[in-house]
Amino acid sequence: MSYGSTFMFAYRALLGFRTRTAFMLLAMAIGVAAVMVLTSLGEGARRYVIGEFASLGTNLLIVLPGRSETAGFSPTSGLGTIPRDLTLEDAEALLRNRSVRRIAPINVGTTAAKWQGKEREATVIGSNADLLEVRHWEMASGRFLPRMELTQATPVCVIGQNIRRELFRANKALGEWLRLGERRFRIIGVIASEGRSIGVDVQETIIIPVASAQALFNTPSLFRILVEARSRATVQTAKRDVIDTIKRRHQGEEDVTVITQDSILKTFDRILRALTLALAGIAAVSLAVAGILIMNVMLVAVSQRTAEIGLLKALGAARRRILLVFLTEASILSLMGALIGLAIGQLGSWLIRARFPDLPAYIPYWAVLGAMGIAVLTGVLFSILPANKAAGKDPVQALSRR
Amino acid sequence: MVDIIQLSHIQRDFEVGDQTVHALNDVCLGISSGEYISVMGPSGSGKSTLLNLIGLLDRPTSGDYFLNGKRVSTLSEREQARVRNRSIGFVFQTFHLLARLTAFDNIELPLVLAGVRPVERKSRVREVLQATNMSERACHKPQQLSGGERQRVAIARATIMQPSVILADEPTGNLDRRSGLDIVTLLESLNTKGITLILVTHDTELGKRARRHIVMVDGGIKLDTRK
Repeated sequence: MSYGSTFMFAYRALLGFRTRTAFMLLAMAIGVAAVMVLTSLGEGARRYVIGEFASLGTNLLIVLPGRSETAGFSPTSGLGTIPRDLTLEDAEALLRNRSVRRIAPINVGTTAAKWQGKEREATVIGSNADLLEVRHWEMASGRFLPRMELTQATPVCVIGQNIRRELFRANKALGEWLRLGERRFRIIGVIASEGRSIGVDVQETIIIPVASAQALFNTPSLFRILVEARSRATVQTAKRDVIDTIKRRHQGEEDVTVITQDSILKTFDRILRALTLALAGIAAVSLAVAGILIMNVMLVAVSQRTAEIGLLKALGAARRRILLVFLTEASILSLMGALIGLAIGQLGSWLIRARFPDLPAYIPYWAVLGAMGIAVLTGVLFSILPANKAAGKDPVQALSRR
Repeated sequence: MVDIIQLSHIQRDFEVGDQTVHALNDVCLGISSGEYISVMGPSGSGKSTLLNLIGLLDRPTSGDYFLNGKRVSTLSEREQARVRNRSIGFVFQTFHLLARLTAFDNIELPLVLAGVRPVERKSRVREVLQATNMSERACHKPQQLSGGERQRVAIARATIMQPSVILADEPTGNLDRRSGLDIVTLLESLNTKGITLILVTHDTELGKRARRHIVMVDGGIKLDTRK
């Protein structure tokens, strides 16, 4: 018997038992698809968490005035000394470090924003042009703060979406003069981004040059300085440089705290590890369920065909040939089932992504390999084992089963 | 004339619980080429076991079996399968056709197993379809055929490899009288073309048609008469 006719015989056996073949394919496909959809959900959750933190900027350092106790105790600092404020000069000095790419000084306050008799309370952030890149924001229209000296107080502002909607409604906001406190600022841009930043909803914010904010809130100090390191690898160097610079400028007092995203990420690494483990658990359970499902279907299917195996032997098929027929049959079935399952799984994860765009529910490649592998392996194994048993029987016995 | 089948001191024991049942007890039998033999006897007398042994579907516990002058009882499983394929045709009481295949494909099966090329297969199947008068029904599946027609397909399948021996185990057992007679006539016509025909039955009338009668009782040959 040639390999071609073995294949044809197996193929026609599958076509011959249409209902049974359909059920086996269904069992396989459901098993494989379940693994894929479940792991894509888990993977989606994992990626979502990673993405949320990555959008904060992984190279980001946040400089706060004052020594945080959690950063460790040093006998030369603390002990009743009042921390020095961070100033614009401090911020500019940081830029002289090679490990630092950009800085964005931050000043925050709330004030009333007025336009044509309409008024609302708004959070005002004073900063510079680099804030846009440091925070990975997008503009909806207009442009962000212009590049200029940090000490220059230009009366321009950029507003968040909610501010635009509530104060201007259908009116054009760009170019209008917005009154903040006692000063007037020309609106030069609207921010498209959503989400929160340093505890403030971007959509609810008005951004003005840092010098203007200092004048508006009548303060010479800064709330924070955001520092972007040149690369992820230089984050630690940048942290040291920042501390050294400030220390030098503050008469040797290390009175700032530098928070790196790394330390945040380290905390969330633990969350991620838990998520990954949960994902592995989900995958393992669904793989096991799929395997057992396929095993059962195959065991029943082959034991129903003992008589056929007996007949094939009587007609002159050796044991090896019979095994080859069943192996071929199981391989076709398992591969097709796995492929259908892959298609259903892809469709399922696509639907999840379409329904919940925030959740990047992509099937991890190892889940695809694992699910297909388990399907084909259990499919083949659990058709070969009973077929082998049946082929080992005397044809007489096999034929007597009707 | 040389015996096509030669059984010497064949013993076939089955273990049933802790008892040993002698299904065949020291059977010696010689069958010449072209003979028409009926094997009769009460159920449990060992006639089916004898047939299975001759058909290499079963192995003797002890004793020797020569087919066409060649010792086949000690052949490997693979070689026995080959002998079954080339030299022996089976006809069963319950037909044993594959339900999913058409009559044509069922008949073709031994050729497929033998590795005969597709073109040659088609023409040979058409030949035996003609010989068994089943050309019209070639594309029907077993469940669309009557019992008699199914057995014709089974006989066509048994003859496709041009075997030297046809073993028929109660071939009319599941058929009404008329189609049963029909089937026996077909088998007998094969015998007149030189194929050795061994027929197991407990229908005495049917058994009498053969030229040589073997009666088995308790695993042994009790009577062996020729017309």
